[in-house]
Amino acid sequence: MVDFATVSALLDLYSAYAATVDSSDWDHWPDFFLEDGTYRLQPRENFDAGLPLCLLALESKAMIRDRVYGVKETMYHDPYYQRHVVGIPRILSVTATPAGEEIEAEANYIVFRTKRDGLTEVFNAGRYRDVIRRTEDGLKFRSRLCVYDSDLIPNSVIYPI
Amino acid sequence: MTTPWQDDGTSRIPYSVYTNPDLHRRELDRFFYSGHWCYVGLEAEIPNPGDFRRSVIGERSVLMTRSADGAVNVVENVCAHRGMRFCRERHGNRKDLLCPYHQWSYDLKGNLQGVPFRRGVKQDGKINGGMPADFRPEQHGLTQLKVAVRNGVVFASFDPEVEPLEDFLGPVILGYFDRVFDGRPLEILGYRRQRIPGNWKLMQENIKDPYHPGLLHTWFSTFGLWRADNRSQLKMDAHKRHAAMISTRGQGGKVADVISNVDSFKDKMTVNDPRLLDIVHEPWWGTPTAVMTTIFPSLIIQQQVNSVSTRHIQPNGEGSFDFVWTHFGFAGDDAEMRQRRLIQANLFGPAGFVSADDGEVIEWSQEGFTQNPARSTLVEMGGRDTDDADHMVTETLIRGMYAYWRQRMGE
Repeated sequence: MVDFATVSALLDLYSAYAATVDSSDWDHWPDFFLEDGTYRLQPRENFDAGLPLCLLALESKAMIRDRVYGVKETMYHDPYYQRHVVGIPRILSVTATPAGEEIEAEANYIVFRTKRDGLTEVFNAGRYRDVIRRTEDGLKFRSRLCVYDSDLIPNSVIYPI
Repeated sequence: MTTPWQDDGTSRIPYSVYTNPDLHRRELDRFFYSGHWCYVGLEAEIPNPGDFRRSVIGERSVLMTRSADGAVNVVENVCAHRGMRFCRERHGNRKDLLCPYHQWSYDLKGNLQGVPFRRGVKQDGKINGGMPADFRPEQHGLTQLKVAVRNGVVFASFDPEVEPLEDFLGPVILGYFDRVFDGRPLEILGYRRQRIPGNWKLMQENIKDPYHPGLLHTWFSTFGLWRADNRSQLKMDAHKRHAAMISTRGQGGKVADVISNVDSFKDKMTVNDPRLLDIVHEPWWGTPTAVMTTIFPSLIIQQQVNSVSTRHIQPNGEGSFDFVWTHFGFAGDDAEMRQRRLIQANLFGPAGFVSADDGEVIEWSQEGFTQNPARSTLVEMGGRDTDDADHMVTETLIRGMYAYWRQRMGE
């Protein structure tokens, strides 16, 4: 049984993550992860077939920082707003580990994209599959895997989902 | 009608070449549906009898199958009866191919097997309906394409007269093809798909354009992966339709000639996680660290250090194409090499540190063409010729492709 404080903390984590990536606050995006935390964005086609390739496979917080640098400094792209709508997370398991308690949870998401001169469009729809560890600094992602149904990407993905 | 081309050369390409729907339909007929081999997939995607995988040639849906005899077949995904695009799954394993509408069934080579009520339905001692007596199932199979498999790569053509694949590629390009595909078993790592709102030829041009990578792509210029001071060669087949861009990684860093006025060069940039650039030389590369091969009209073969993929061009209309990446490794890869390929894949694809920009600039190019189709692009870096080159500061491969295009299109 999960206590209310844990559920509340989990809801905070999910809403704070969405607020961060929707407000172009890229520098704070890595803060949601453990040092050895991973971020993966994977088409459902590969996930379902057991194929390892992701659209992005960032294997550490350092690599997530490299992505931030890419988003901010190196990738020429059409600027856009993104808006996440994230469903209520479902807790699948809570496990005590030597490194701290770990929560396995998942939640549906939709991301809308709005370019400066364009209409708002559904950009990416999928499900977060997360392993979250309780630390002294609060809940952190050990892994966040975004499995997206929208296999066909509307040209490119620049910002974090 | 007067031609929009300004002269006999190809250094000024009319914008309408990318925006005219009539030209696009002719391109499909002359390049994708006749006279050329088009990429369908990899044999490793259909290892077992009964396996099938849906693919595309031009704008036509096709199925790549492995029949009971072990052969690779390619058939059009359109039922011979009423024209339905019947196969909806992306891949699977079946004993036969079934159109659900009237349950016509075909074997995996596309031969018609079953037609319900072919001999009518008996009721009250009378036979109702049935196909005419002269109906010949053998004349009503799925469209069966000519197939060529070379070292695990499957090509097909709607044109029964198409020349042998090896002749189509020519000896130079065949050499670079075999460099990657030498018969080693492949291990599929997965797929990436994107829809790019631009004319399909812009993607061929992008990989025939060694001028841009060291400029548009910070990762290439800063880390010396691909830029103007790298040792390089540009080679074409005799028709100038296919090409290979061959490059050997340099040291990167500050070289005034190649980085002055280059906004994308980041002097102080380092990677936080060195695994992104953990490049390990593989013996099969030989000297070059990257070879990008364009097989006209449908395929790009990528070898960028340890990342290898096929990139499949699937047009939908003159202003859009789907671009499907199949990343793979080789059966002998150890776990480290597999992981290395997967991590370096972060540079490529629709979100890649490098390749995401390519999709973006193609979209913006198409927008520019559309707003004033009477204009022409300027493709004169390195001159106006269409010769092979031993450096990157040229757009010769693009000019070469359009020399072929003009000849085949009669434009």
